[in-house]
Amino acid sequence: MTVPVFSVRVPGMLTTVQDSGRWGYQGKGMPVAGAMDMQAFALGNILVGNDENAAALEVTLMGPTLSVTEGEGVVAVTGADLGFKVNGGDVPNWTVVSVKTGDVLSFTAPRSGCRAYLCVSGGIDVPRVMESRSTYTRAKVGGLEGRALKKGDTLRCGEPAPLWKRCEGLVCPEALRPVRDPAAPLRVIPGPQDDLFTEKGLASFYGAEYVVSNSADRMGYRMDGEPIEHTGAADIISDAIPLGAVQVPGHGQPIVMLADRQTTGGYTKIGVVCSVDVASLSQRLPGATVRFVKIPLKDAVELVCGEAKARETLREFRAAWRSGTRAVSAPVLSEHASPSCGEAILRVDGKKHVISWEEIGEVE
Amino acid sequence: MNEKKYPRLLTAGDGCVVVEFGDAIDMEINSRVASLAAAVRKADFPGFLDTVPTYRSLAVYFNPATTDVDALYSKLGKMASCPDAGKEGGRRRIIVVPSLYGGEFGPDMADVAEHTGLTPEEVVTRHTAHDCYCYMLGFTPGYSYLGGMDPSLETPRLKNPREIIPAGSVAIGGKQTGIYSIASPGGWRLIGRTPMKMFDPDRDPAIFLEAGMWVRFRAIGKAEFDEIEAATAKGIYRPEILEEEAKP
Repeated sequence: MTVPVFSVRVPGMLTTVQDSGRWGYQGKGMPVAGAMDMQAFALGNILVGNDENAAALEVTLMGPTLSVTEGEGVVAVTGADLGFKVNGGDVPNWTVVSVKTGDVLSFTAPRSGCRAYLCVSGGIDVPRVMESRSTYTRAKVGGLEGRALKKGDTLRCGEPAPLWKRCEGLVCPEALRPVRDPAAPLRVIPGPQDDLFTEKGLASFYGAEYVVSNSADRMGYRMDGEPIEHTGAADIISDAIPLGAVQVPGHGQPIVMLADRQTTGGYTKIGVVCSVDVASLSQRLPGATVRFVKIPLKDAVELVCGEAKARETLREFRAAWRSGTRAVSAPVLSEHASPSCGEAILRVDGKKHVISWEEIGEVE
Repeated sequence: MNEKKYPRLLTAGDGCVVVEFGDAIDMEINSRVASLAAAVRKADFPGFLDTVPTYRSLAVYFNPATTDVDALYSKLGKMASCPDAGKEGGRRRIIVVPSLYGGEFGPDMADVAEHTGLTPEEVVTRHTAHDCYCYMLGFTPGYSYLGGMDPSLETPRLKNPREIIPAGSVAIGGKQTGIYSIASPGGWRLIGRTPMKMFDPDRDPAIFLEAGMWVRFRAIGKAEFDEIEAATAKGIYRPEILEEEAKP
């Protein structure tokens, strides 16, 4: 048995290798990059038995077609529903299926959301650059030669975790999947430069409806809507740009800074979209409407902890699934079963078991 | 406007807090940023992810799911108020950047000479005579925001920026000088080029320069340029990094 090797037949619109990002080098001007919907990405890795940071393919809107030229493994698609298929048959998102030599993985058309994660047992094995496999195309760093996939590329997978095969058939329970409601307002933590906006400017930002413009990519989403008024100049002495920062340059239109954002910049930041909603925004497309509401820092931290808890719960669920307690049917009672006497049929992994009982009177 | 008190902590989302020391481009303020950055990296608290030192503030990144956020805020507040936190003494670390001035690599040298009223030789002498302080890195990987260029070299930017400037270009833009770390568009006047790579993702470290270091340009000839370029291509070139007592 060997690890899977994929050949890229159709690259898709923008398919890149991403992991949890290149942390530790922002002080030297190196952007973090990494998966745009971090929770969908991490849950996908857990499903296929990986460490949650293993590299996966971030698939944008129109997905790739890949053929398995060698080996076998398990895969799962999470995040946006882009019409995933294996050998032409629909495979629902959040579901682990096995793939082997000769299989063809493809995507038909987007049904909901914008970015999906194709996670594979063992992760995509590209060289680590500055401790990460994430692709940052602007500086041609990471991933496959620092660029998006192209036709004819070969992708190898890493060594899978020992119990990878047992992940087959595992489905992420609905309750653990992130909710990416396209109509939900984005929750914003005010600061660091909210004091450089007028009352009117703040009222516009938190009151008006904005539309995602065509300038929306992995670096940031520019919004169009009511201009946001500054107290004075829109420029500050350059400082750090955190993930989700809402920059407002002189033209007054907000730009939400995302995974590939530059590390520093000189525009005022009215607030920062909470991490959970950064992922939600990254699933929206140009033309989508966006509203901003305030959220206290404490509540935003709780949301992050909620997602961490969901990952923990999925790991426990995976452990139970792999330990073989999975295919237990509900017991079916025999016709004449009563509390004092009867039979029931139980199926475990398809094998039939008959359980019978009989109440025995107290022994005198 | 109400008077701001420094240092102050600014919330920058659920995974970042900024400690701001002032509102000016100033070496004293910047050295406090560097001191706190060193102290934070040394403390290595649980959930710590990254620091970004900039002109007048330090951003500290953390994972909110594994960090006690309140405790972090109060700890940073205390560390920021203690001016000597992590201070490494008054020594300067200087990185020597070899640079071939003029010719094909410095197409704007004549314009700079004309604007400043200096000969090209004098431009080189003055550009190499003053060490420049690296306030911060940002914009692109390995790009440094330098201060301290000889004021007599000030030359306005090009009216029409170039679409692509090769990596390693040494340039002047207004009062500032800098080195393009990757090929990118820009409007600064190109006066030379360094054969060393300011950014090489396949090298360890990918970026030699750090905020708080000094940059000393050294004029080289074509033969040395070729030598360094060859060593750089092989990944074996290491720049000279000097340590000197800070001048009073």
